[in-house]
Formats: sequence, C-alpha cells, structure tokens
Amino acid sequence: MKSDELTNRARLAKDLPMHLGKLGKRRSGQRGIGLVMVVGSALALGGCVSVKAPDKPIVIELNINIKQEVVYRLAADAKNTIDENSGIF
Amino acid sequence: MVKKLVPMAAKASFLALAAGIVVLGATALSAPAAEAQTRDPAYAAARAAGQVGEKADGYLGYPVPPSAEIRRMAEDINIKRRAVYAQKAQEQHATVEDYAFTSGCLLISQTRAGEKYQAPNGSWETRTSAPPLRDSRCP
Repeated sequence: MKSDELTNRARLAKDLPMHLGKLGKRRSGQRGIGLVMVVGSALALGGCVSVKAPDKPIVIELNINIKQEVVYRLAADAKNTIDENSGIF
Repeated sequence: MVKKLVPMAAKASFLALAAGIVVLGATALSAPAAEAQTRDPAYAAARAAGQVGEKADGYLGYPVPPSAEIRRMAEDINIKRRAVYAQKAQEQHATVEDYAFTSGCLLISQTRAGEKYQAPNGSWETRTSAPPLRDSRCP
C-alpha cells in the first residue's frame, strides 16, 4: 500500500470523498487541458512579437507645443500693439 | 415687477453710454500722446533699401553691415520695441521673448515686397508677393 501511495497518486486521489465518482472525467479533462497548454505555448512561441528598445533616447518636444499655444494666444494683442505703435514697427 | 425693471434697464443703458463716452474720450486724448504713428523717413528709407530687416525674434536686424547711422537708428527702435513688448507681455502674463516672437511673426507677414526679413534658418530673404518663410510656430 505504501508503494502504491508513492507511485500512483491518482489512485490516492480517487479515495478522496470530494471527487468520488468523478475521477474518470477529471483525468481526461486534465489531459485535455495539458494538450491545449502545449499547443498554445507552441503557437505563442511561433507568433512571438519581438520588441526592441530604441537605441536613441525618446525626446518629446513639449516646448514647441507650449510656445505655439502662447503665440496663438498673444497674436491678437500683438497685432493691436503693432498697429498702435506703427512708428516703431 | 415689470415697472421696477424698466427704470433699472434705463439706468444700466445710461451707465453703458456714459462709460462708452469716457472710453471714447480717453482714446481721443491718448491718441496724439502715443508713439509717433508714422515711420520716421530715415527708417522708412532704410527698410525700403534693405539696410534693416525684420528678424524672427521681433526686432530689427541688419541684412548688410550697417553704417553707424543705420545702427544707431535701428538700436533706438529696438529699445522702444522692447519697452512696448515688455509692457504688453506683462499685461498678457507672457514672457517678453514670447511676445516679441509673436510680434516678429506678424511683422514678417506685414513686410512689403522688396523689404528684408529673416527666414527660420537665419538667412536674410527679400520679401516678394509670395508668403514669407516663417517659423512653424507662427500663427
């Protein structure tokens, strides 16, 4: 019995009250899941997408956008200023 | 309720009218006191001759090496421009540089054919009837 316990755990599980009468189905289900996992991981490896880190640092030119926003805001007032001081413009 | 509203509306319109008159009066009074409204003939001539041109930063520059007289005149105008930019920039809560740059965009647009302006790459260009080359941030 002891050697049975060590080498065949499935039989031990069979004796647990929770799974009484369901063991056959469960085993085939487990085998199915295992198969899916193997196929799935094989597919995953085949369709692997490699992402390379850029060799240059990523620089986002925020200053340009901020300046453009300011320039657009000031444009109307600057136009008036130029018109009002046309002697120096 | 309606009777009460009518005098109030009349009062409001009278106040608006009074405010308008005050504004008009102030404008009329300040107009002659403001900066000379037409260009000095020497400045106008220097512009037309391409001895001074509009830089992208909102100030006058020299497309060709200036004479002492041209330099003195342009520096004088640039000092006055800077004073105006500084005052207006403060009113608009902007930096003097941003205000001057915005003005520079407009001033380059306003150049007449034959006048000089500075392109974004720093080169001096002669304005033609075609739109001038301006900084991409210009409005």
